[in-house]
Amino acid sequence: MGKLKLLQGNEACAEGALYAGCTFFAGYPITPSTEVAEFMARSLPKIGGAFLQMEDEIAAMAAIIGGSLAGAKSLTATSGPGFSLKQENIGFAALTEVPCVVVNVMRGGPSTGVPTGPGQSDIMQCKWGTHGDHPVICLTPAYVQEIFSETVRAFNLAEKYRTPVIIAFDEIVGHMREKIEIPDKGVLPVEDRPKPACKPSEYLPYDDSKGDVPPMANFFEGYRYHVTGLNHGPDGFPVNASPRIHTDELRLMRKVEANRKEIIRYEDYMTDDAEVVVFAYGVSGRSGKTAVEAARADGIKAGLFRPLTIWPFPEEEVASIASRVKGIVVPELSLGQIIFEVDRCAKGRCRVEGIYRVDGDPITPSQILAKIKEVK
Amino acid sequence: MSRYEIRFSGSGGQGLILAGVIFAEAATIYDRKNAVQSQSYGPEARGGASKSEVILSDKTIDFPKATAIDLQLSLTQEACTKYYKDVKESGTLLVDEDFVTDVPQGNFKVIRLPIIRTASEEIGKAFVANIVALGAITAITQQVSIDSVEKAVLSRVPKGTEDLNKKALMAGYNLAKARMS
Repeated sequence: MGKLKLLQGNEACAEGALYAGCTFFAGYPITPSTEVAEFMARSLPKIGGAFLQMEDEIAAMAAIIGGSLAGAKSLTATSGPGFSLKQENIGFAALTEVPCVVVNVMRGGPSTGVPTGPGQSDIMQCKWGTHGDHPVICLTPAYVQEIFSETVRAFNLAEKYRTPVIIAFDEIVGHMREKIEIPDKGVLPVEDRPKPACKPSEYLPYDDSKGDVPPMANFFEGYRYHVTGLNHGPDGFPVNASPRIHTDELRLMRKVEANRKEIIRYEDYMTDDAEVVVFAYGVSGRSGKTAVEAARADGIKAGLFRPLTIWPFPEEEVASIASRVKGIVVPELSLGQIIFEVDRCAKGRCRVEGIYRVDGDPITPSQILAKIKEVK
Repeated sequence: MSRYEIRFSGSGGQGLILAGVIFAEAATIYDRKNAVQSQSYGPEARGGASKSEVILSDKTIDFPKATAIDLQLSLTQEACTKYYKDVKESGTLLVDEDFVTDVPQGNFKVIRLPIIRTASEEIGKAFVANIVALGAITAITQQVSIDSVEKAVLSRVPKGTEDLNKKALMAGYNLAKARMS
């Protein structure tokens, strides 16, 4: 039995990072994510790690890319305005295949918006925020215990697939406190990046001949190589020519797309016989669960699909639900974003109805219940 | 125990988020119940209406916010006026009798206690009003044992203030007990 604690979501995120072996944090404090940084600032020096407060969010993102290249599992945490600033370097990490974890505790936006209120309006930005085609993994935990375990998983996926992983949750979940159990070491799997077995002189950092995820040498361990945001060849030096650009971009996407089954995780609650399914993540998913229970108590066949992985989007799962229900209800703390994805996968096979809210309060179970009744 | 909702409300800086955290810690870590604590506050560090909520249940708690409140504490008039509408029928509104003078009417019970006065005059420090309130809430709600709340208080308050806070907790507890008997 691990240790029981009453923790904030943000604190559980930091605990999860430490459990996964994170030894470097760089960031710039911003509500409602600051507790992640504070926790790491207190904890990392004690374990020989390092905490850096940078001059801004752009530099913080650059710093964790550097930290990871040097072999340290690296984390940054931010919120909307900072997440916008990080976008260019998130793309750099995707193309250079540097594992790292970026936490976005979502508040209301755009701009500085509502610092202390919850939001879910960065969810498309998580996928499309940086320019160019690029693989994205984005996790959306909703419970404090889940923030812990999904943060561990985020590091594992980042390391395994050499790609940035985003964890997106909202202010309510980030600031809320729940009892969690921190498992003993070894209970949850912890993965490390694939390392090269060859001699440093033979190392090709982007050699894709033996698989989609090339082994990654840490800097300062004898391996020297070039890292560039330009499309590059197996040796890491720029190649802006056909067919390398094409094959390499496809490989980058394939790292995630070919492993959807492993990466996609969700809670499926009573959708088997459901006539109406609520599709919701984060705090809206929690409201959805309460609404579904209330609907069932009223004799309505309702269910909940709550994605823990929002990107890659659970396309097959949503398509399957759409083919057997009357409607899907999509509550989100935005003016309608993830509903576009649900609608795309439903392909007109059922009704898709949104509930949107951006006034700083969560969508309540009674709002969702009313919509369930309308759709059924 | 089905869902039980408590809201601590007042002004930013009165320590009501901490009071909620302590109460949730008493419930979860020391009494082994399910609880969720959440909060809502403005961008300002002091002033403004602030609230902290604790939901207790013997089941998993999904929706984390209070919508049908069993007990609401209000230490300021602004917070009371702004938030009392969520107190459920037959619920309880606990107000500071000096600072909440315009007490709203409704299908709920009202308890008036001199919380801030007890902190400043009996204990000698106005800033322990949150702990006095916590004692009173423990007595009124009877959801968590006073021993557990005391343990949680002592684990969260700064070193050197343990006796002061223990005294404040028991003053609030006894104040509410006396009023209810």
